[in-house]
Amino acid sequence: MATEFEELGAVAAFNVTLFIRRFNPEDGLEARWEDFDVQVHGTDRVLDALHKIKWEIDGSVTFRRSCAHGVCGSDAMRINGRNRLACKTLIKDLDITQPIYVEPIKGLEVEKDLVVNMEPFYKAYRDVQPFLIASDKPTKERLQSPEDRARFDDTTKCILCAACTSSCPVFWTDGQYFGPAAIVNAHRFIFDSRDEGSEVRLDILNDKEGVWRCRTTFNCTEACPRGIQVTKAIAEVKQAILRGRA
Amino acid sequence: MSIVIEPPRTAKPKRTNWEKWGWIYMRVSGVALIILVFGHLFANLWVGEGIKAIDFAFVAGKWSDPFWQVWDLLMLWLALIHGTNGMRTIVNDYAEREKTRKRLVWILWATCVALIVLGTLVIYTFDPCPANGTPENLPSFCPVNQS
Ligand code: HEM
Ligand code: SF4
Ligand code: FES
Repeated sequence: MATEFEELGAVAAFNVTLFIRRFNPEDGLEARWEDFDVQVHGTDRVLDALHKIKWEIDGSVTFRRSCAHGVCGSDAMRINGRNRLACKTLIKDLDITQPIYVEPIKGLEVEKDLVVNMEPFYKAYRDVQPFLIASDKPTKERLQSPEDRARFDDTTKCILCAACTSSCPVFWTDGQYFGPAAIVNAHRFIFDSRDEGSEVRLDILNDKEGVWRCRTTFNCTEACPRGIQVTKAIAEVKQAILRGRA
Repeated sequence: MSIVIEPPRTAKPKRTNWEKWGWIYMRVSGVALIILVFGHLFANLWVGEGIKAIDFAFVAGKWSDPFWQVWDLLMLWLALIHGTNGMRTIVNDYAEREKTRKRLVWILWATCVALIVLGTLVIYTFDPCPANGTPENLPSFCPVNQS
């Protein structure tokens, strides 16, 4: 009886191979693939497999993660050629008859293994002034109608994981481009009725390396783990610049 | 101790924004090119005898008609500027050194201007039967070969 009960509640376990892109700036070697075989469960995510490798096989495997629940945005990586959050990608949903390939996101300098230098990404974010700009003193609540709130609802969901920006071919070849994430976060304020800084933000994004570099490839929309319609948001900013107002 | 806050950037005075106009141009010329290119293909390859009608005389006939002169002129200018601007975008993507980028873009526009000037000249100065031409090099419909 007891064994039957255990089997009933047990989560299926299976073996997978992970190929991880390794790079160590201190060993003077080129980046290379290293494979690890691990036993995982049907409920495990790629992050769990990475933990298992780091904790049980090779402690030098380096990656970022914090919340482990899709909130902090620190573990965006390229899994089987697509940008995803390791903590939101169930292993059973990948093709487990093949090895799983895990590499750092592209277009940003690799510091070690799966860790990249996020500074250029944050710089573009800071450059769009992603904070409320209002002239009146915040002595009382700034009210807003549900319709006005809905205009930028989608872009409030961003967790700054860089999955979009590092999936963009224009960003890969031209690192000067602001990139989708900065535009998403500018959109968040440009279309906010309480904000008074749209003119400045639209002017910033009207720059040489602004929205006009976008070629509508939709990679960003496909990559976003929050399901934000990134390409649509960029198109709305382009329209706002052409109109001259939000 | 006081905190130093960088003064936020203000909107710059308006000047011609080439990136914006380039973006608009690609779309406007693209729409015009759909009509021009498919109209061109339809007239040349479909109407009447279709592809069999195309020869030297066919082209000569079209370029003696102001309608087709304007049509081809528009197609020439719009497509060349469109194509060159598209190539400029790609150069901006891939050229890493500023000097290389500037040179390539310069070559692109120089080529574009040369082709536009040559093409425009051909459309407006095309004469299938030049007065001083050697008869055996001229098409059969020219007056010299008719007598
Ligand atoms: C048939 C009608 C055409 C339409 C509707 C059209 C439309 C477009 C549009 C909208 C773009 C901008 C893409 C973007 O920035 O996202 C573009 C880019 C481009 N077009 Fe056209 N086009 C046409 C014909 C042509 C022709 C005849 C040429 C060559 C002479 C050409 C060469 C290019 C190039 C090189 C680019 C840049 C590609 C890139 O940005 O990667 N196109 N086209
Ligand atoms: S828009 Fe989506 S993909 Fe881009 S940084 Fe924000 S959450 Fe990540
Ligand atoms: S670890 Fe925080 S989003 Fe994945």
